[in-house]
Amino acid sequence: MRIRPHTGLQIDGFTLGECLHKGGFATIWDVTHPLHRTLLVMKVPTILDGYDAPTIVGFEAEQMIMPRLTGPHVPRVVAEGDFATMPYIVTERIPGDSFLRLFRSAPAPVDTVVSLAIRIAGALHELHKQHVIHLDLKPANLLMRDTGEVVFVDFGLARHDHLPDLLAEEFRIPMGTFPYIAPEQYLRIRDDLRSDIFAVGAMIYEYATGRQPFGEPQTLRGVRKRLWRDPVPPRAINPDLPPWLQEIILRALEVDPRDRFQSAAQMLFDLQHPAQVKLTARAEKAAADDFPTVFRRWWRMRKVKGFGPPPANAEAQMEKAPILLVAVDLSPEMEELAGHLLQSVKRIRIIQPDARVACVNVIKTARLGVDPTTDDKGVNLHVSRLVGLRAWASSLELSDEEVTFSILEGPDPAAEIIGYAVNNQVDHILMGARGSSSTRRFLGSVSSQVVAEAPCSVTVVRVPVYETPTLEEPQAAQAVGA
Amino acid sequence: MARYALLTDIHANREALEAVLRDLAGRRADRIAVLGDIVGYGADPAWCTDRVDELAAAGAIVLKGNHDAAVDRPDGAMNAVARAALDWTRPRLSAAQKAFLAALPLTACEADIQFVHASADHPQDWIYVTGERSAWPSFAASKARVILCGHVHVPAIYSCDMTNRVQSQRITTARPVPLIRSRRWLGVIGAVGQPRDGVPEAAYAILDTATNELTFHRVAYDRAAAAAKLRAAGLPESLALRLLNGS
Repeated sequence: MRIRPHTGLQIDGFTLGECLHKGGFATIWDVTHPLHRTLLVMKVPTILDGYDAPTIVGFEAEQMIMPRLTGPHVPRVVAEGDFATMPYIVTERIPGDSFLRLFRSAPAPVDTVVSLAIRIAGALHELHKQHVIHLDLKPANLLMRDTGEVVFVDFGLARHDHLPDLLAEEFRIPMGTFPYIAPEQYLRIRDDLRSDIFAVGAMIYEYATGRQPFGEPQTLRGVRKRLWRDPVPPRAINPDLPPWLQEIILRALEVDPRDRFQSAAQMLFDLQHPAQVKLTARAEKAAADDFPTVFRRWWRMRKVKGFGPPPANAEAQMEKAPILLVAVDLSPEMEELAGHLLQSVKRIRIIQPDARVACVNVIKTARLGVDPTTDDKGVNLHVSRLVGLRAWASSLELSDEEVTFSILEGPDPAAEIIGYAVNNQVDHILMGARGSSSTRRFLGSVSSQVVAEAPCSVTVVRVPVYETPTLEEPQAAQAVGA
Repeated sequence: MARYALLTDIHANREALEAVLRDLAGRRADRIAVLGDIVGYGADPAWCTDRVDELAAAGAIVLKGNHDAAVDRPDGAMNAVARAALDWTRPRLSAAQKAFLAALPLTACEADIQFVHASADHPQDWIYVTGERSAWPSFAASKARVILCGHVHVPAIYSCDMTNRVQSQRITTARPVPLIRSRRWLGVIGAVGQPRDGVPEAAYAILDTATNELTFHRVAYDRAAAAAKLRAAGLPESLALRLLNGS
């Protein structure tokens, strides 16, 4: 006989406290355990009498996926209960409310919106890197740790690259939360990580404007409308928003996933480089499209079944769209090396055409004291380096949305490069190394430090060294010649 | 709590069995279970039988497959190639080896796990579990939460939920499948010695009862050598091609 949860219930060493949340599919309880000092919560699916497929399968999916996730962006799983007695998952408790409460204060000031968007996009990329697509992102499923990391909860609709997808054949109706569900999810496609990017776009829109981009449809017909009906541009609601932010939001909300950001890291990158966001018609859009445009879109979309071949899985999609950091040394004696580096970038772009190239140059400053920001001739060093960097990259023929240029500054160039890679979820660092001299070996080079400490792959490019014959053995050479 | 290494359908393929056992040595496994068909098709029946006998002596679970049974009593249901290979096999096995094969059980149970060569409902009928429909009788007949079988030479996994609905589930090689306790599970383990799923590498699996996960593995082996032995022995050419293509 199944046990039903109630305050005071003791099960497997856990004691149930108050009920923190009563939702449609589950109840959440404050629980304690003598062996655990951290705060804990227990989620118990509300299984009505008889077989309740959506609740059970969603809970089974969570039981499969959640124990495999690690890191600060997911609650740590402590225990799982058996279906025979009472199914449950106990996880650490993330103190505080979900973003539902935070979003009640929308519209929020622009920098608050941007800083939250950066945290969400960064956390989402970390989740995707663990092979999981969430597929039900909404303010109620996001929390924040005291340390500021965004935490995702409720993996009942999620999909893991390497696990059986219990939900795939389960339901014939699309699943998700109507205001945030992506168009392809409506079309029952559940293996595209760009669906999560759409949901994040919808959330940022809401936090920035105080309105949901597609309202709150109550029916599937209402959800379907987003295939052709575009949202009111956020700046038309909140004129304080900068054009670049509207560009990012509307790009995330594109109907066709191929027109969105191709990874959460690429979205994060734009959020962190507002000055370099390529502004398109999206940025300047002042009103929702007129009737003839919407009608034409409806005509095109009325029988659509999908948008091009979906990516094989989350991992494949992320590999297709990496962020490539190229650290370029522009000093005159490094000209040949910079040329080799350029060739390497070109080769990588051939195999990864969706790669985003972040060109970086580091100005080394003194460890102590203040450096003059202009050089002897009075030319701003930053500007001249930026010009040099752009000139170096010009033959790559990259469009503005494929490349960015940044000048970093610090006493420890390797630390600057690594810090930039961490902040922007860089997948691959490409950099040059000078020849190997004994002094460099002794002092250590920037490239070796980056190789040792970077959180991602690093390719080091060198100018080939040709051994010059030494003059110590002339006789031996003659002997060979004779 | 144990980690079971699940080997099945070795089919007298010494090269494949050696490669799998080498691979296993690099992973922790407490217990080996050989789910039948030690001989048949391949060129090394005597060596493989002795090796499995050693494993059994060291505590392995070893079951009988249809080819092992047909050494003793020819099976009219077998196709011509299988029959030819068995006719070639019989004189190459010693009386002791034949006795070992003849004495093997059809099925074994440990805790909530059942091991069997073919379908668990009528093990001696050698029914193939090739889809949701043919997986159901095993769930119906067995009380075990986890059923493990071979015979098909194509790895697969099926779940059976509380409403007794059987669903085929996706597997990714080398990635563990959590056998969540709200369902019952039937794992069809791929063949060590004669894969037929288009992947020529030797197949086996590990069941970890502590983490409650089943992981399907593949191991490359010298299949050119195994195929050359088949040809040298004069066994049907289709068997050599099968090893080379994995189909």
